[in-house]
Amino acid sequence: MAEAHPVGFQWVMEAKARGAKVYHIDPRFTRTSALADSYVPIRAGTDIAFLGGIVRYILENELDFREYVVAYTNAATIVSEDYRDTEDLDGLFSGFDRTNASYDQTSWQYEGQERNAVAHDTETQRETAAALQHESHGTAVGGDAERDETLRHPRCVYQILKRHFARYTPEMVERVCGTPREKFEEVARAWTENSGRERTSMLVYSVGWTQHSVGVQYIRTGAIIQLLLGNVGRPGGGILALRGHASIQGSTDIPTLFNLLPGYLPMPHHALHPTFDDWINGIRHPRQKGFWGNAKAYAVSLLKAYWGDAATPGNDFCYDYLPRMTGDHGTYQQVLNMIDGKVKGYFLLGQNPAVGSAHGKAQRLGMANLDWLVVRDLYLIESATFWKNSPEVETGEIVPEECRTEVFFIPAASHVEKEGTFTQTQRLLQWREKALDPPADCRSELWFFYHLGRIVRQKLAGSTRQRDRALLDLNWDYPTHGVHAEPSAEAVLREINGYEVATGRPLSMFTEMKDDGSTAGGCWIYCGVYADGVNQAARRKPGREQSWVAPEWGWAWPANRRILYNRASADPDGRPWSERKAFIWWDGDAGEWTGHDVPDFEKTKPPSYRPPAGAAGVEAIAGDDAFIMQGDGKGWLFVPAGVLDGPMPTHYEPAESPVRNPLYGQQANPIRKVYDQPVNPLNPSPPEASSHVFPYVFTVSRLTEHHTAGGMSRNVKYLTELQPEMFVEVSPELAAERGLTHLGWAHLVTSRTVIEARVLVTDRLTPLRVDDRIIHQVWLPYHWGYEGLSRGDSANDLFGITLDPNVLIQESKVGTCDVRPGRRPTGPAVLDLVADYYKRSGNLLAHYPPIVTTETASGREA
Amino acid sequence: MGVRTWIEGWPVYRQLTGTDPLGRGAAAKSARSETLTARTETADSVARSVCPYCAVGCGQRVYVKNGRVTQIEGDPDSPISRGRLCPKGAASKSLVTGDLRQQKVRYRRTYATEWEDLNLDTAMDMIADRVLAARDETWEDVDDAGRPLHRTMGIASLGGATLDNEENYLIKKLFTAMGALQIENQARI
Repeated sequence: MAEAHPVGFQWVMEAKARGAKVYHIDPRFTRTSALADSYVPIRAGTDIAFLGGIVRYILENELDFREYVVAYTNAATIVSEDYRDTEDLDGLFSGFDRTNASYDQTSWQYEGQERNAVAHDTETQRETAAALQHESHGTAVGGDAERDETLRHPRCVYQILKRHFARYTPEMVERVCGTPREKFEEVARAWTENSGRERTSMLVYSVGWTQHSVGVQYIRTGAIIQLLLGNVGRPGGGILALRGHASIQGSTDIPTLFNLLPGYLPMPHHALHPTFDDWINGIRHPRQKGFWGNAKAYAVSLLKAYWGDAATPGNDFCYDYLPRMTGDHGTYQQVLNMIDGKVKGYFLLGQNPAVGSAHGKAQRLGMANLDWLVVRDLYLIESATFWKNSPEVETGEIVPEECRTEVFFIPAASHVEKEGTFTQTQRLLQWREKALDPPADCRSELWFFYHLGRIVRQKLAGSTRQRDRALLDLNWDYPTHGVHAEPSAEAVLREINGYEVATGRPLSMFTEMKDDGSTAGGCWIYCGVYADGVNQAARRKPGREQSWVAPEWGWAWPANRRILYNRASADPDGRPWSERKAFIWWDGDAGEWTGHDVPDFEKTKPPSYRPPAGAAGVEAIAGDDAFIMQGDGKGWLFVPAGVLDGPMPTHYEPAESPVRNPLYGQQANPIRKVYDQPVNPLNPSPPEASSHVFPYVFTVSRLTEHHTAGGMSRNVKYLTELQPEMFVEVSPELAAERGLTHLGWAHLVTSRTVIEARVLVTDRLTPLRVDDRIIHQVWLPYHWGYEGLSRGDSANDLFGITLDPNVLIQESKVGTCDVRPGRRPTGPAVLDLVADYYKRSGNLLAHYPPIVTTETASGREA
Repeated sequence: MGVRTWIEGWPVYRQLTGTDPLGRGAAAKSARSETLTARTETADSVARSVCPYCAVGCGQRVYVKNGRVTQIEGDPDSPISRGRLCPKGAASKSLVTGDLRQQKVRYRRTYATEWEDLNLDTAMDMIADRVLAARDETWEDVDDAGRPLHRTMGIASLGGATLDNEENYLIKKLFTAMGALQIENQARI
């Protein structure tokens, strides 16, 4: 955090100055470690084993915050008797289907609710990253599950959790993670002692956590701990994701993502949602509790915002204009499709996949096989010049005179040359004022897309083709101003907020949205950002002039709530758990919730409220159901549906690991998303005998002085002067083992490619004792590429493409490699070196690692 | 210059005897620095902005004089950042005003080995033509069972995490109406 989010880290230091203890768990000792109370080393890719050890420590010692756990989580809920655990099945859960490596989730359901199991197969869910659609809502479960609040029933979630994590002992943590036992126990003690009525602990992760084949389950394990300890919905608690781009939260909320529409509404699927009603019912799950019960109002308002007067009840609000998913259309599938010649044109909008995405070579080969590419950026980034300067030009894999891709580089406006909102990592929208107009040909994305749409619509004018109706009927009239005819960002924000169609009055709250077409709104969770016709995101009341919650600086979704699920900061009766941690409470005299924040609960629904029989949606949320978006109103320790690789997290080794999974027969995530394609060979892992060819673990992260793929930092002279060169950090022990010298050169080899870097020998990296072996880890920054003021090889070129099955994010924080002294070969000799590794590791091109691990694969039983 | 004036001219003397024991204010001033004026004081205008790098969302003040950005500083009013910026945020004036920044459209013709110039309006028109052609060539109306698809798989897009919400909104809206489904950003990466 001190490295990549230094200004946010000031608050950690403030907390430390007030007595908080800071623990830093990381494969590498960083500036964060230097300022923490304790640094805890860990092998990259083993976080579930570490955190699972904490879960076990809590449960074995009964250190959970019992009243909170019983009231607000599903600990008491009884699970189907058909459920079988990884304990029973050697690393698999019940319902595993070997034919397509996916789970039937029926046996994971709550007792008596097996009928709720999602009707469609989980392979489809994986292909469409369906779990992401549930980012802020639970999947289908009824609200009437059987519970045992004594937590003694052998099939209640609490007991299942206890059995599942029983083998995650401190000894096992040490054996898997390489973390010394006393270091682990120090964290376990501190975390539990600092949680409860009077105190809360916070879990902060950086989104490298998501870049694993089990990334979603990493975060799930953190959530289980925080729920067991009563650290969710309370001040000083929670799970904080440090996201790494100025508005990456916003680009998820108002998604430029294939499987989502604004506000986490799913993009329709051709087979699941052929009709409007199928789509709506797939979101709101009739009979279920919670605010997704009003999904039709959110969806209809979006369609009205898109298609205006053309969207009527008679035509299902133009539902048929929406494109349909048929499977995985994610960025990695796209790139493989480009290599196969299926994609004609590609837009890159402030993004540099030639450096920033996993498997840079695949990215560049894909771009070299397009009809046309449009790059919108401030600088001539690597993705704009792959046809000229890429490593593949050096090896002869891309020949400029034979590369047909037509490239348009259209310079972009910078953040000071346009106005609009960023959504930062805590869901806070902040409006930026424009300082001046962009120079020369530079234009905002707002300008580019508004005018592209205008020109396309002009060219189609008069068309009678059905396919063109969606473009011609589009509500695309935005006022423009200035010398460049810049569209009004405030007009767009107003549409995002939503308005009453008849009067144009901006809506104040998403509860005002209607399902009859009388309201329009582009993103229901952002409704209120333009309440009263005022740009709430532009509010700038100085922090020192308002409360510590600072509610009048910017605007946070939803409804300007600063802590989600803050109903849980009060006990079931609505009283603060303690005076020290008071945040939201029920004021019986006034008959409403009040406190320091906007209550994340219906303002006048008393704690004593119990829904009438048969209630659904918002009405079914009881006065003590703190988790108002969940289908049963509870925080989920056990996930009966929606997380595809298991109802509870389980330690699997990374897809590429030098270590045999010490916990189970199953080596890696059995339902990880793989692409068995020639361009994407994977290094062998145990039990495969040839795994020794790639004996070292490598991980990557950021430097303070550089940003992501370097486009915004390697072109800035001060930053380039501060961190001028690509390097690799190695321990003194590994340097001795491989003959590496400080400030000399090393090259790293994987089955994809070879890259070189200057060597930094440092004890910031420690060899770890794992399962009675010494495991060496190396670390690289991933900022470099072949353009800019400072150039160097790209660390992301080392990775292959293996994805988390829930969200289709790649495993690019851990892999295996070989490390060799000196500079890498150049030109076609690069290909020869990699080919030699193919051969030595068992001809990877013809052999794809098995998904389900059997001992015969190791040759041990053969 | 008398001896007394000469001694008092020493910053260290003023630091030891004056009101600025840390030597970061009055004690460090020289006759020359007394005459200097900060760029932030003479700016024509100031915009309240937000740092474009990571997602902490630090407040920035952007100072403009004679149509040029002259300084970008942390906004002390921000309850998030309290005026601080990291090395990247502090260098963002260079990000905006750097010599390497491309200000003109560049065009690489099929099979070409060098860039060419291209007029912006021409480029926009060419891109619109290519979008429509790719869409027509790859249009999928219905699936094998006759259910609607209404899409093109011939167009892809990547990016958005560094852009504004309003921009992402228009990008998604236009591509969706176009039937272009393969729209992605850094949140997938």
